[in-house]
Amino acid sequence: MALLRLDNVEANYGAVRALQGISLAIEEGSIVTLLGANGAGKSTTLKSISGTVQPSGGTIEFEGKPLGGLTTNQIVKLGIAQVPEGRKIFKDLTVTENLNMGAYSRKDTPGIASDLELVLDLFPVLKERSRQLGGSLSGGEQQMLAIGRGLMARPRLLLLDEPSLGLAPIIISEIFNTLRTINKEHRMTLLVVEQNANVALKNADYGYVLQVGRIAVEGTVDELGKNKDVVNSYMGAQE
Amino acid sequence: MFGQQVISGLATGSLYALTAVAVVVVFRNTRTINLAQGDFSMIGAFMALIFIKDLGLNYYVSLGLAVVFCIGLGILVERLVMRPIADSDWLTLFTATLGVYYILHGVAGWFWGRDTKAFPVTFDPTPIKVIGGLLSQGHLINMAWAVAIGAALYYFFKYTKQGIAMRAVTDDPETAELMGIPVRFIVLLTWGMAGFLAAFVGVLIAPIIYVAPEMMDEVLIKGYVAAVFGGLYSIPGAIVGALLIGVTENLAGGYLGSEFKTVTAFIMIVMLLAFRPQGLFGIQHRREV
Repeated sequence: MALLRLDNVEANYGAVRALQGISLAIEEGSIVTLLGANGAGKSTTLKSISGTVQPSGGTIEFEGKPLGGLTTNQIVKLGIAQVPEGRKIFKDLTVTENLNMGAYSRKDTPGIASDLELVLDLFPVLKERSRQLGGSLSGGEQQMLAIGRGLMARPRLLLLDEPSLGLAPIIISEIFNTLRTINKEHRMTLLVVEQNANVALKNADYGYVLQVGRIAVEGTVDELGKNKDVVNSYMGAQE
Repeated sequence: MFGQQVISGLATGSLYALTAVAVVVVFRNTRTINLAQGDFSMIGAFMALIFIKDLGLNYYVSLGLAVVFCIGLGILVERLVMRPIADSDWLTLFTATLGVYYILHGVAGWFWGRDTKAFPVTFDPTPIKVIGGLLSQGHLINMAWAVAIGAALYYFFKYTKQGIAMRAVTDDPETAELMGIPVRFIVLLTWGMAGFLAAFVGVLIAPIIYVAPEMMDEVLIKGYVAAVFGGLYSIPGAIVGALLIGVTENLAGGYLGSEFKTVTAFIMIVMLLAFRPQGLFGIQHRREV
């Protein structure tokens, strides 16, 4: 059984039909990437999963249970956390406070403390800066903090919205290496939304390519890699 | 004489500070200037008066009950008035708090009459000698309360989960929601905190002034001016602003004549807005939410 399943999901974003029937399945323990150009509906898909946008049709099931009608904080409690686009770290909170806010929905104090250690070990630079304000970090450090904050919820499924955006190639590969470590060692399932197809296909297991609210192509990353021209044509397809 | 004016100015200023902090905390999390903040205090003072005079309760018990009552009042205003219109523009929200202001004024006048009532002074008015001046024990007690509440707030915002979450909501409400922080609950807590602070101000200031529906009008304005000193954002800025107003108006009243006392806060806000509209501490421009 897939950990997360979207079945024919439709969503409107203002007057725009942003999603016109999206179906996808994410197997437990995998890294799945969702590719597409600007405006293809990638962010709306994530918003529908996290409950910040209510789909107008279709169903979303997590571990076989429908998510329809649940609030975002109920969905976080079920085990879906998000690393938002543009990192969105709390600028006036310290690094440690930011991380603890990721664990807001949890009550197991000892578990939170040990996960904090774990995140600081994954991203040693955050340990050095633990008392600094989030707003004082560099872009790459902020992305690490945003990922760490998402991990602090101890999710079954972590949604990442364009983690490579605006970062130098060396930082991008460092971040994706860490994501793969998290996936392997903690068996955490990842759904990575990306515009950077090369990086995403190199690191994921399975991929979907969105075009104007529909899934245009899907397949294992090997299959998609062989048809790179097809993928790239969709990626470049601006509306 | 000078020292005495300064110290008693600090004592009054510390009550303005509690009002200012409440204005700031509500503004940061709801984009609303709460005009009813002063009236929360007024209701608190009336409740304490009833508890002490009519029910014969002990002063501290009455204070505690007034605090609980005002927290409830703050929560009620959020639930019944502010939440249904939470997504409206700032002018709607502002006007709604003006409505609450008039309702509370009206209710108080209806229940308890419009004439001013003396608050039973429950502390020893004997003056005590403090660095360079005489100060009534009441003033000292008020300052001690304000310092204690300030310390409690600092602890709350720095070390408790809900306090840090409240700052996270201030910072970025949408992301806070995404992290699983129940933003509506945090906003409810914010209004509860406004009630909590209001009750102390009302009960502590009542023996110095009087108890009547309009007793807090001037204090609210001064609290608001102090909040602007902190750019409506910084709590330390609001506290410094409040103490500055308390001291300046006392000095103006003492040296220039009592008719200058009330105007002082207004002169200060005009000068502040003319020269440092971002607040006294150069708060960076907040991004639009």
